[in-house]
Order: sequence, then C-alpha cells, then structure tokens
Amino acid sequence: MTSLTNIPKPSPEILLDIFRRMLRVERNDDAIRRVIKTGRLTMPYYSARGQEVVPAAISSQLTADDKICTIYRGIQDMVAKDMPLRPLWAEIAGRVDGTCKGKGGPMHLTHPDSGVMVTTGIVGSSMPIANGIAWAAKLDGSTRVTVAYFGDGASNIGAFHESLNLAAVWKLPVIFVCVNNGFAEHTRYENGTAVDQISKRAIGYGMPGVTVDGNDPDAMYAAAYEAITRARSGEGPTLIEAKTFRFLGHVFGDDDKYMTKEEKQAALARDPLPALRARLLDEKIASEDQLIDLQEKIEAEIEDAMTFGLASAFPSVDELRRDVFAEEIAA
Amino acid sequence: MSGETVKMTGVQAINEALAQAMAADPKVVLLGEDIADREGGGIVGMTRGLSTRFGDDRVRSTPISEQAIIGAAIGAAMSGYKPVAEIMLMNFTTVAMDMIFNHAAKLRFMSGGQSQVPMVIRTLTGAGWQTAGQHSDHLEAWFAHTAGIKVVAPSNAADYKGLTLACIQDPDPCIIIENNRTLFVPGEVPVDQGPIPLGKARIVQEGRDVTIITYSGMVQTAQAALASLAEAGISAELIDLRTVSPWDREAVLASVRKTGRAVVVHEAVRSFGVGAEIASTIMEELYGELKAPVRRLGGPYASVPFSKPLEDAFLVQPSDVVAAVQSVMG
Repeated sequence: MTSLTNIPKPSPEILLDIFRRMLRVERNDDAIRRVIKTGRLTMPYYSARGQEVVPAAISSQLTADDKICTIYRGIQDMVAKDMPLRPLWAEIAGRVDGTCKGKGGPMHLTHPDSGVMVTTGIVGSSMPIANGIAWAAKLDGSTRVTVAYFGDGASNIGAFHESLNLAAVWKLPVIFVCVNNGFAEHTRYENGTAVDQISKRAIGYGMPGVTVDGNDPDAMYAAAYEAITRARSGEGPTLIEAKTFRFLGHVFGDDDKYMTKEEKQAALARDPLPALRARLLDEKIASEDQLIDLQEKIEAEIEDAMTFGLASAFPSVDELRRDVFAEEIAA
Repeated sequence: MSGETVKMTGVQAINEALAQAMAADPKVVLLGEDIADREGGGIVGMTRGLSTRFGDDRVRSTPISEQAIIGAAIGAAMSGYKPVAEIMLMNFTTVAMDMIFNHAAKLRFMSGGQSQVPMVIRTLTGAGWQTAGQHSDHLEAWFAHTAGIKVVAPSNAADYKGLTLACIQDPDPCIIIENNRTLFVPGEVPVDQGPIPLGKARIVQEGRDVTIITYSGMVQTAQAALASLAEAGISAELIDLRTVSPWDREAVLASVRKTGRAVVVHEAVRSFGVGAEIASTIMEELYGELKAPVRRLGGPYASVPFSKPLEDAFLVQPSDVVAAVQSVMG
C-alpha cells in the first residue's frame, strides 16, 4: 500500500471553489426548508446543514466524468457536484420536469449527466452499486472514479461489509465516504457502534482507512486527494470517515430530544460555512464584495430553479405505465 | 432455421448461450461464486471454459457476497455493460433482495427512465436433490410480484439456450430460473438456435378438452401425464409459459376459450402462487365460457423437506396432474 507524501494543501482557487460549493449547498438547503414551511413543497427532507465541507472538498477534485452514489440525505452531494438545480427542484416538487419525471422524489434523485448515478433510500445500498460503476470504469480502461457516500449508521449494515471486501479484492476505483455525524437516525454513535473509529474497519478489508475532521476543508481536501489519486492510479479503494455534525436532526421536524443542548450548541459554534468565509477574507483569498456577489448569484440560481420547479406540471398518470420496462406497458 | 439439431443438456445449452453472447458482444460480462475455471467453472459446470476463452476480467469469480454480486451487476449494467450474475441457488437470492427488489427492478422507473439496468440473474433451484428447505425453493412469485424484473423459467435444453440469449439481449433486468430436474436432461437443440422471445408461451401439445398451464420443471411432469390422459380419452392442451412475468395472457386465454377447462401446475407452494394469478385472470376473462372451475396444483404450505418420501410428496407428480385433469372433466 502506498502512502502519498507531499499532499498539497488546497490552493486559494480551490478553497474558494470549496466555499462556492458549500454555499450552494447551504443556500439550497435553506430554500428547501423555507418552501416546505410555506406548504408549497410536501416532502420528507433530510437536511445536511453543517456537513457541507465533506461533499464540497471531494467534489472540488472530481471531474464531470466521475460518478457518485449517495443516500436519502444526499442533496448536498449532488449540489456540490454541480447538478443543475432546475430539474432538482422540479423533482423534489414531484413535477414532470424533474430529473426523474417526479417518480423518484427527494430521496431518489438521479442525474447521470452530472455523475449522480443512484440516490438510494435504503441505508447502505449506495456501496454495492458504486462497486459496479467502478468495475465498469476498470473494464473500460478509464481513470474515472466513483464516490459512495453513506452515514455512520450504514457502516453497521451487511452491504458495507460485502462491498468493502469486494472492492478491495477487485481493487476497484471507489472512494467510500462515511459521513459520521454522530447519530444513526436517533441512536448515538457509541450505542450502535463498538469501535471508536469507523476507519479502523478498513484494516479488516485490507484497504487504507482514515478518519478526518469533516468540517476542516484542508483535512478533508487532503484525505480526498489521497483517496482519489489512489483510485485513479489503479491502486484500489479507500475508506474515509469524515467526522461532522448534522445541525437539524435526522429528518425535517425532528425534535432533537436524543441530543443535549450543549453538544448542539458546541456544534453550531463550529459551523464550517462562516468559518471558511472568515478565512477567505482573512487570507485575502476573496473580498467581501466578491463573496456577496457570489452569494447573490447562487441565490438567483436557486430562486430561478424554485420558480421553475413549482411552476412545472404534475406528471400524467400514464407515467405509471412508463419506465417499468423499456417498453411501455399496455394500458 | 436449418433444421439441424444437436443433442445436449440444459447445462451445455446455457454454456453455449453464454459463450455465443460473449463472443458477439464484448459488453457481456459474467460474475458469481466459483464461475471462473480456476474455481471449476461453476458448481455444475455451466460457465466451464468461459474464463479461459474470454479472460478473467470478463468472467469474474466473486466472494460469497450476494448483495455485492448483484450490486456490482447493477452498477455495471447502468454503465453500459450486460452483466450476467450467477446466484448459485435461488434461496440465496434472498440475501440480495434489497439489491434485486429495491434497485435492479426499480431504478429505471424511479429515475424516470434515465437508469437502464440490462442485467441477468441466473439461478438454480428445485426439489428432488434432497437439499431441503434452504436450497430448493421456487420463489418466482416473489419476483413476479415486483414491477420491473422479468421472470423466465425454461423447461428444456433448447429453451435454456434461446431464453438465456433473449434475457441477455433484453434491455431490462431478468431472472432465469434453472430447474435441477430439467437441467441435465438431454434435448435436441437447433444448431442455429437464437433468442426465444420473452413473454411468449409455447404450446407443447395441442388438445381440445382441457388446458394444462405450467412452466419450468413441471412441464416435464405434465408431459409424463399426457399418455395416461390420452388413454383415458382426454385431449389435453399443454402450455409451457416459458416466461412467468410478463406471462402470455393471450395464449392462455385463447387456449382456455377453446377447451373451457384449465389446470395450472407449478412446483412452488400453491398458496399465493403464480397459479392464483393465472386462475383468477382466466375466471375474470372467461367466466361464462368455463365448463369447470380452474384448478391449481402446487407444493403444500410447507418447506421443501429432506426425507425422500416427504420430498416426493411435496412435488406435484404426474398422477396428481392426471387426477386434477380428471376432476375438471367432471
């Protein structure tokens, strides 16, 4: 197993790019919650507020050709990968212009053109399919990589074990990204997992594993850089455990009773978004005017997508007969 | 068709179909436990020689990890490949049900047609080998109840070849049930046997008085009953569905419209089985034309047993078919 030396720190341009992706994720999350509260969107919503660094630092190093498989708490992963927002908003509203024609919804968004191959509502199921996509890349002789996102809870399901073992045996170009936000639904990490770090499990599969502060853009960038480089050069998979915190509980409307006020307050005080913003200003990577301009552009994009999505028509009931098979089912 | 045939078993026919498909299309890849030649080319030799001929990259033995096998097949299928995954025995598909049921079958629909999953699952099963309740089940009803996956059940060597080729060509996920009592029976396979269309039944024998509808291993059982029925002066029409889902309603209804009587036979447990779907469709569509209620034959509501006399009693026998047909003849 090679261990890379001289892993670069993110350049100022990359840091700004990571911030742009984080802000796009956060502004979009804010807009979704705002519209749900008005009653114009009725959907189960699993906010990833607080976890933005993870997909932003990874996506800053992915090409358009690289693939991701994610889970029901996954909108941040696709927004960070630059999925267009119009089909995303139409989909979460259940409309015909949605990326899945309204048949998948917020837990099952798919957008292959952006590399968003599968979003699964089943805990752990992003991993076995990511292996297949990575196997195809290997058969193609391509250097593209596949990222499988999942949570700490998913590391206790059988699919995790089978997938990591197969990926290691076949040396697949996959990056397994375990977003450890401290809770599996409502169960605190230590009440569901005996090992203190998920990354230690990598040893059992003969692959490198690393635990990083998922709120630290430098650390997250470096871990992703190493894993992506390893995958692209044919040296196989990596398990990254990114430690972070979800500010808004398991599902929108969650009362957070299973966490203490103190730990939530402590997590909120470590909000990675204002922290990176302050750093960009501090290190003179961007000016206040530039950041305001960036935010306005992002908010305009979201506003446009929201208007588009909510104005789109509902799908025709004929859609029940379409896409079951390639050939439409007879009426 | 040249009319020339070669005698071979179902195992050989499947092997030929896989080889032919792999030679014709470099995107066809195989994966499963013990399928490469290093591991013996499959537990009964169905993939023997293929890894040697096409390379270990295209014929991959896997760990004993059914979820990982089906997941890998799904991901490869979505990426332009045509994977044929072997799940050694049908009961082992239960370990991979999330991948098959929630993902392979549904991804096309749930993605609004963006994801295509042209994969095949080949799986062996059937009572008769005294392998008991975790190695013998016919679970086709589970899959037929799931929108988005085709369920194919060949009964003879030529069909094993033709239906396997058709499944590999099909743009949707297919599961092929390979029945242990038919797989080793030699049959005549046309030299130029090509794909057999999915969803189309075969009339094994034409008749006037009663329609026997079956598939997979029970075609052989029903065929064994035909002589006794003929002796009793009953002209039975025997239909081999070939595909369980989507099943050939037109062929079945046309036949029962002609005969006015139907007996559905399958190996799977009778309760909530495929026979219930077919029988109720016949009754819904042909109620006034039926001369007798539709009968169903299937396994008892029990697990497949080990002990030989119990296993024989679990399986529908030719004498059961004769008795059921006689009962609808009145």
